[in-house]
Amino acid sequence: MCGIAGIIHRGKSNNVGGEMQKMLQSLKHRGPDSTGYALYGEGESNNYILRYKVGENVKEGTTAVKEDPSVYAARRKEVDKKINEVGATIHNDEKITEYSFRYVISYDGDLLDLAKKIESVEETEIQSLGKSLELIKDIGDASVVADQYSLNQFSGTHGIGHTRMATESGVDIRSAHPYWAYPFSDVSVVHNGQLTNYWNNRRALEAKGMRFLSSCDSELIAVYLADKIREGMDLEEAMKGSLEHLDGVFTYLVATKDKLGMAKDTMAAKPMVLYESDDLVALASEEVAIRSVMPTEIDTYDPYEGEVKVWQA
Amino acid sequence: MASIKGHKSSEMGLHEEVLTGRTQQVFFNPEESENFFYHDAYDVDFNKRTEIDAKDIECLDINRKIKELMSQGYGTIVIKNPGSKHSIGVGILNKLNLIVEGSLGYFGIGSVDGPNVRISGRVGWSCAENMMAGKVVVEKNAGSCFGAAIRGGDLICKGSVGARSGIDMKGGTIIVGGDAGAFTGFMMQRGRIVILGDVGPNLADSLYDGTIFVGGNIKSLGADAVEAEMTDLDVDWLKRKLKVAEIDKKVDFKKMTKIVSGKKLWNYDNLEPSERKGAI
Repeated sequence: MCGIAGIIHRGKSNNVGGEMQKMLQSLKHRGPDSTGYALYGEGESNNYILRYKVGENVKEGTTAVKEDPSVYAARRKEVDKKINEVGATIHNDEKITEYSFRYVISYDGDLLDLAKKIESVEETEIQSLGKSLELIKDIGDASVVADQYSLNQFSGTHGIGHTRMATESGVDIRSAHPYWAYPFSDVSVVHNGQLTNYWNNRRALEAKGMRFLSSCDSELIAVYLADKIREGMDLEEAMKGSLEHLDGVFTYLVATKDKLGMAKDTMAAKPMVLYESDDLVALASEEVAIRSVMPTEIDTYDPYEGEVKVWQA
Repeated sequence: MASIKGHKSSEMGLHEEVLTGRTQQVFFNPEESENFFYHDAYDVDFNKRTEIDAKDIECLDINRKIKELMSQGYGTIVIKNPGSKHSIGVGILNKLNLIVEGSLGYFGIGSVDGPNVRISGRVGWSCAENMMAGKVVVEKNAGSCFGAAIRGGDLICKGSVGARSGIDMKGGTIIVGGDAGAFTGFMMQRGRIVILGDVGPNLADSLYDGTIFVGGNIKSLGADAVEAEMTDLDVDWLKRKLKVAEIDKKVDFKKMTKIVSGKKLWNYDNLEPSERKGAI
């Protein structure tokens, strides 16, 4: 069992960091192991925002291997070197935790080349690389992660998030959601459920050159959508295709620079509650998450089996 | 769509038995049922009314508070600010008027026997699961597994419900004013479901027994679900039940679709007729 939530404001920005923190905190009981946010902000003057990590958060209950923190600085230096090598310019760099960083960079080249270079550094993983997406995930509940990464005042149009109960893979940041749809900037996915044809799909996508970082079945959705977008499909079309190709029980949310979408499998076995108004759309695994940001009486409903919906910011 | 006419299950007369009330009520004498009280049931006065503000109270404490108020003789309890919290109103084995001003989360009003409940908002998954008796009215929509495994009572949603409503249902009645999702009545064993709107795929999949009436379109029938003929008895029952359900909607009852079990699944084919009756 995991919890997923999303919110999108139509035509305006809001404190989506604070809203997502409240929504995800109210879903803590569905997944206490890790929490992740994919927030879509106002950007940094058309530059890329790079979120990456060079190590894991090793504490009680996690499955990551403890390393000497001194290796993190060396890896960061190596990442800086790789960024310069491909002709990108670092305009701002922030150390968020000892293993996690946020950079603002300008770059005109191929995003896949840049991503591959950065991830060639040992234990380095890009969490997001986009012009408005900032993807943050770590061990702990929504409040712990939001405080650690100062997300409570994050202004943007939309966001999705996830509270994870680890079932098929380890308790570490690598296996936490959301997943960035590598190498497409600003595409992220969160998922609640199980995919039963994971390996068949993974092998086929790897043969096409797509990359997987974890062994978590949820990553397959992000990579699947990235592959379809690469082939020229629009988001909604790719999501509809996923209902045919991905087997199992699942509900997932996907966000792009200006859209938020949801898809529910044909068995309707995983929950999703939806609230829609002229100003915003909020959706979550449980209504209690929507109530955490809208305490007044509202009308909500469950989307039906096989439904795909996409909203514009 | 398959038809029940000429099917061997029709010859067995099981569907007719359902229509004449072969439900839980037949096994429990109504008078006996009227006078039946749990050992720790409270003598409450419906005119004695009070409120609980659930805003800052956990669900366990809300349920304890309901019990405490019933022990003081309160027969009408209003829950304010439920905030879609889970498991509110669970395990009420008592006569009680419970009014919920707002929405409930998962498992609301589960395992109850006797209360009359009205919810002004929406309910999450598994509302009234395992209900034995009483009446629950939801004014807005409901999530999946609405009325899962209920044994008796009337469960009414004036809006639409999610998937698997009435799953494993063993008695009672579920009435839905709007649409219903996939697998409605999945493995239903007894009782009746009425959906006035459209129904999703696999309606009544692996239905053992019981009857489902649908006013709108049916996307597809599940395994062993078949269409049966609407009778005058059905129409009378539907008119009466919809009045009880307070659903103010013009319905052409004669045009509703009635779905029953074809009784072709292995558990019927491998058992003698007497054993079949025992199995359901």
